[in-house]
Amino acid sequence: MLDKIKEFASEFFVTGDPLIYGADVSIGLTLIAVVTALTYFKKWTWLWRDWLTTVDHKKIGIMYVIASLLMLFRGGVDALLMRTQLAIPDAEFLSPEHYNQIFTTHGVIMILFMAMPLMFGLFNLVIPLQIGARDVAFPFLNSLSFWLFFFGAMLFNVSFVIGGSPDAGWLAYPPLSEMSHSPGVGQDFYIWGIQISGIGSLMTGINFVVTILKMRTPGMKLMKMPMFTWSVLSSSLTILLAFPILTVTLALLFIDRYFGAHFFTLDGGGNPMMYINLIWMWGHPEVYIIVLPAFGIFSEIVATFSKKRLFGYKSMVFALMSISLFSFFTWAHHFFTMGSGANVNIFFAITTMIIAIPTGVKVFNWLFTMFRGRISFKTPMLWTIGFIPCFIVGGMTGVLLSVAPADFQFHNSYFLIAHFHQVIIGGVAFGFFAGLYYWWPKVFGFKLNEKIGKWAFWTWNIGFYVCFMPQYVLGLMGMTRRVSSYGWDKGWYELNLTSTIGGFLMGIGFLFQVWQILHSIKFMEKDTTGDPWGGRTLEWSIPSPAPVYNFATLPQADEKDPWWEEKRRLAEGGAPKPQSKLEPIHMPKNSGVPFIMSAFWFVAGFGLVFDWLWMAIPGLIGVGACMLYHSFNYNTDYYIPVDEIKRTEAAARRVI
Amino acid sequence: MANSVNRAIAEPARHDEHHHEEHHDLEGLRMMGFWIFLITDCILFGTLFATYVVLSGSYAGGPAGAELFEMPGIIAETFILLTSSFTSGLAVLSMNRGDRKGLIGWLIVTVLLGAAFITLEVTEFMTLVHEGASISTSAFWSAFYTLVGTHGLHVSIGLVWMIAIMIQLGRHGINSVTRRKVNIVSLYWHFLDVVWIFVFTIVYMMGVM
Amino acid sequence: MMKGLRRLTAVVSLFAMAILMTGCSDKLLVLNPKGAVGKQQLDLILISTVLCLVVIVPVLILTFYIVWKYRHKPDSTTKYEPEWEHSTKLEAIWWGIPIVIIIILAIVTARYTYNLEPSKPLEHEAKPLVIQVTSLDWKWLFQYPEQGIATVNYLQFPEDVPVRFELTSDAPMNSFWIPQLGGQIYTMSGMAMKLHLIADEPGSYLGMGANFSGREFGKMQFTAKATSQEEFDTWVKQVKGSSPPLTDEGYEQLAIPSVSDVTTYSSIPEGLFNRIVTKYGGHNHGSGGEDANGHSEHDAREEEVATESPESTNHDSSNHEGHTNHE
Repeated sequence: MLDKIKEFASEFFVTGDPLIYGADVSIGLTLIAVVTALTYFKKWTWLWRDWLTTVDHKKIGIMYVIASLLMLFRGGVDALLMRTQLAIPDAEFLSPEHYNQIFTTHGVIMILFMAMPLMFGLFNLVIPLQIGARDVAFPFLNSLSFWLFFFGAMLFNVSFVIGGSPDAGWLAYPPLSEMSHSPGVGQDFYIWGIQISGIGSLMTGINFVVTILKMRTPGMKLMKMPMFTWSVLSSSLTILLAFPILTVTLALLFIDRYFGAHFFTLDGGGNPMMYINLIWMWGHPEVYIIVLPAFGIFSEIVATFSKKRLFGYKSMVFALMSISLFSFFTWAHHFFTMGSGANVNIFFAITTMIIAIPTGVKVFNWLFTMFRGRISFKTPMLWTIGFIPCFIVGGMTGVLLSVAPADFQFHNSYFLIAHFHQVIIGGVAFGFFAGLYYWWPKVFGFKLNEKIGKWAFWTWNIGFYVCFMPQYVLGLMGMTRRVSSYGWDKGWYELNLTSTIGGFLMGIGFLFQVWQILHSIKFMEKDTTGDPWGGRTLEWSIPSPAPVYNFATLPQADEKDPWWEEKRRLAEGGAPKPQSKLEPIHMPKNSGVPFIMSAFWFVAGFGLVFDWLWMAIPGLIGVGACMLYHSFNYNTDYYIPVDEIKRTEAAARRVI
Repeated sequence: MANSVNRAIAEPARHDEHHHEEHHDLEGLRMMGFWIFLITDCILFGTLFATYVVLSGSYAGGPAGAELFEMPGIIAETFILLTSSFTSGLAVLSMNRGDRKGLIGWLIVTVLLGAAFITLEVTEFMTLVHEGASISTSAFWSAFYTLVGTHGLHVSIGLVWMIAIMIQLGRHGINSVTRRKVNIVSLYWHFLDVVWIFVFTIVYMMGVM
Repeated sequence: MMKGLRRLTAVVSLFAMAILMTGCSDKLLVLNPKGAVGKQQLDLILISTVLCLVVIVPVLILTFYIVWKYRHKPDSTTKYEPEWEHSTKLEAIWWGIPIVIIIILAIVTARYTYNLEPSKPLEHEAKPLVIQVTSLDWKWLFQYPEQGIATVNYLQFPEDVPVRFELTSDAPMNSFWIPQLGGQIYTMSGMAMKLHLIADEPGSYLGMGANFSGREFGKMQFTAKATSQEEFDTWVKQVKGSSPPLTDEGYEQLAIPSVSDVTTYSSIPEGLFNRIVTKYGGHNHGSGGEDANGHSEHDAREEEVATESPESTNHDSSNHEGHTNHE
């Protein structure tokens, strides 16, 4: 009996590597510390009532941001482990198995569990405030989206200590990801972790499309929306069209693995190439899903910190929409070398190049927003200015890669790695950081320390170039991606070492950011104005942090930059806009269902990973029961009385 | 349009009518959300159809679809599902007349027809497996079971959902919330009907021809 | 236009090489091609780089200029126009420039794509040498059907003779890449891809598996050695005389996932390559295949691929299951 348990445990838990034991211990200690702290300070009810069951978009946004920063930490540690292994030739710091797991989890985590939630966090924190709404269209669904993401991400991360991590690359091409070549549970963790959080992403997409189309404040026509709102709309529409493909693709892979089907197997008439097509039909739009909101963020920041209107509004809108449309017709450029023939390659090469046109136009419009402006270099603007040259160069190498016959020489090499890191770090990560710095005072009511922020910016930026510029050259030297070691004879040593140094510089940049946040919490520099940057859009017209109902009375937004115009009117001695009388505000009630239901999904997913039906079936029944419970619950909303609104507004030092 | 919702939220509860109107607008949002969900579901089925078409010749030495499909049963399934779509429409008409009994009655008929459809489909699958065409026989059969099964799963979920709505109708009667729920489930049901027509044409008709 | 572009490219590339390649010119394999295909690809890389730089460099300069000039100072004297938000003329310019550049680039790309279609035979008076490539877990098997020999992780062929690689896989997809001779192509099971390359001068070139295919894929590197025709013939004779034969059983052993050293075989089983291809049904793989296999040239091998019987598929797929169970 004891032997059996031992045997089970040795397969169930990942063993054998001191690194993993270390992680085990630190995870265990952190958990114990959290539980102890919550119990000691009697915070369990607070946690449940104020956070786990909340349907308030602002709190959900904060939870997204916290979760994504944790994931950034893990993905970053993965990256540094890889760079350490590659720093010197023939290194034995990581075994090939371990290295394969790490680059797989690094990719999945950075795209799906870092960039996506950080983006959703910003959607949640900003969109309702920016369009003058009191919440998103479906607050309950919003909370469910978050918890599905959260438990999906947890399920994926559990594979680090239980069962073993996936190791077939971030897109898990079959047949490598099939049972025949990956019989372990890692691949199943991959499928269910992404599947569960993917359902959440899809629902967020639906939620924000409806929110933006239907919940805007009076006067705000579509062509008067802030550019960030436009970018979120285009990104959400892209989610709607792309994510169902991911859901199906992963489901088919699961059916192959679980029921022995033959969608993508080598035998039985399966077609692995179909998987590669399907996954990129989602995967390419996915890249634009995350970068479009970053474009929106830069547009807001450039206008605010140049104290000038955004240049070329209509061009910008058209560019956003055409990028999200074209993103669906470029997927095959990820495999020009599959031998699809010249005509197919030319088609996809040209569609890819076409995307460069609206993207280039956006850069020009940002530049001319700054032109004849008054640029102040606050941290959000620094990231924006850092982004522009970085993205220009990254975009250029992207065009080079789109030239199909040339791609035969770039494909799968470090040139490609350098390119997509340049657009994803330089575009997406810089963009989301900029957004986070920009809206931080609005969300938390205090500013982040500018001086440490500048340190963070410069270390990140310098680190980025030191890390990735050598990788372009390594690609031209013939270094292929995903190799876990290389010999001294290759001559790749110096550049790899340089690249590793750059990687660690970025790691230091991250530490600066953590320090910046902690330092700013301690020496809290309160934002009492609600408008610390001289903002232009509606979110800056209300106190920081925003009250639970956001707007006491709905603002009238007849111009493109309504708050900027309002401030100008007031400065010119005009009267403030008349505000309608206060009315009780209708709000959704908190609900524990999203949390519990997502926890059941976790249980079901875990059961399916290990093929334990005794666990999976109750999990799925739990999911269904939660849905029914919610359907039968008609007591889902309440009203905030006028008195309470008055008290809240007065506390925010605003006279009504 | 955008404004009406917010205004409704802002100006509630002076009279009951206001309450009513506001719920009406929230229900309108939900209806729109459901339409968008249907778009995503269309893409889901579209992807499944695409994989089916790609794999439609990959028998890998196993039986072909035409050898095993038994059209009479499938035509019966088709008629049952089409009828159920019609009866769900009748249910909505009853609701619009304010006839709760008629509404629940037609919903019951719809559920029974849906259950009959599922029973026939499960029987068909069992026969096929018995005749040596399971999901692991070949890529063609994998695609077949997945596509048709996904539709069947949708129908089954619809059945549970409809029963839940019937109970809610019993409790709350016809109000703006239950009205929206009936409208949505009926929309869903029609959608599944349309998907089935594609399944019938692409999988069965073209498979046999 | 193409000529002008090429001339411009030549100037810029000389300049670029002067900066970039001092000291490490032979390490930058892609920029240092030794075969006609690789050279054309390098031309294309340089042309497209130049076309991009035409826009990128002025924009970068403009960025730094604007950011510097319009920075906020307490006594800023630069023009400030907070309401200026639109100019049809300006916007037409920056929609126009990228459109023009992309049109030029698209035309260049299309022409090169037809020229460099990997399945297209190279124009050359010599008859191409056929080498059948199979990617295995985690090694390369090269068969020389005309010479009747085979090698593992080592290629040798005569210089200045076109080589027609026929490629497939008996393992997860990989990618066959010899940077100095020209770009890569995927090796996929159930398909016979084609890639034509040529070496213009003798030398030892680095070759590798560029696509991740499992644990030891990093070890799938090989040397591709181009020699004189005589040297090649001598090498073939030597292999024939001194190496063991490759048998079907030997192949089964070879296909078991493992790392392998360089090996040579004096003979190959009849039709082994085609059996590897047809083992997986030899069906059409989605968007791939048709053009690459169908349009270039027909030979008996492909006919075989197309007309395999259901029984053989069944038999072979059970074979396959046998082998994957080794893992």
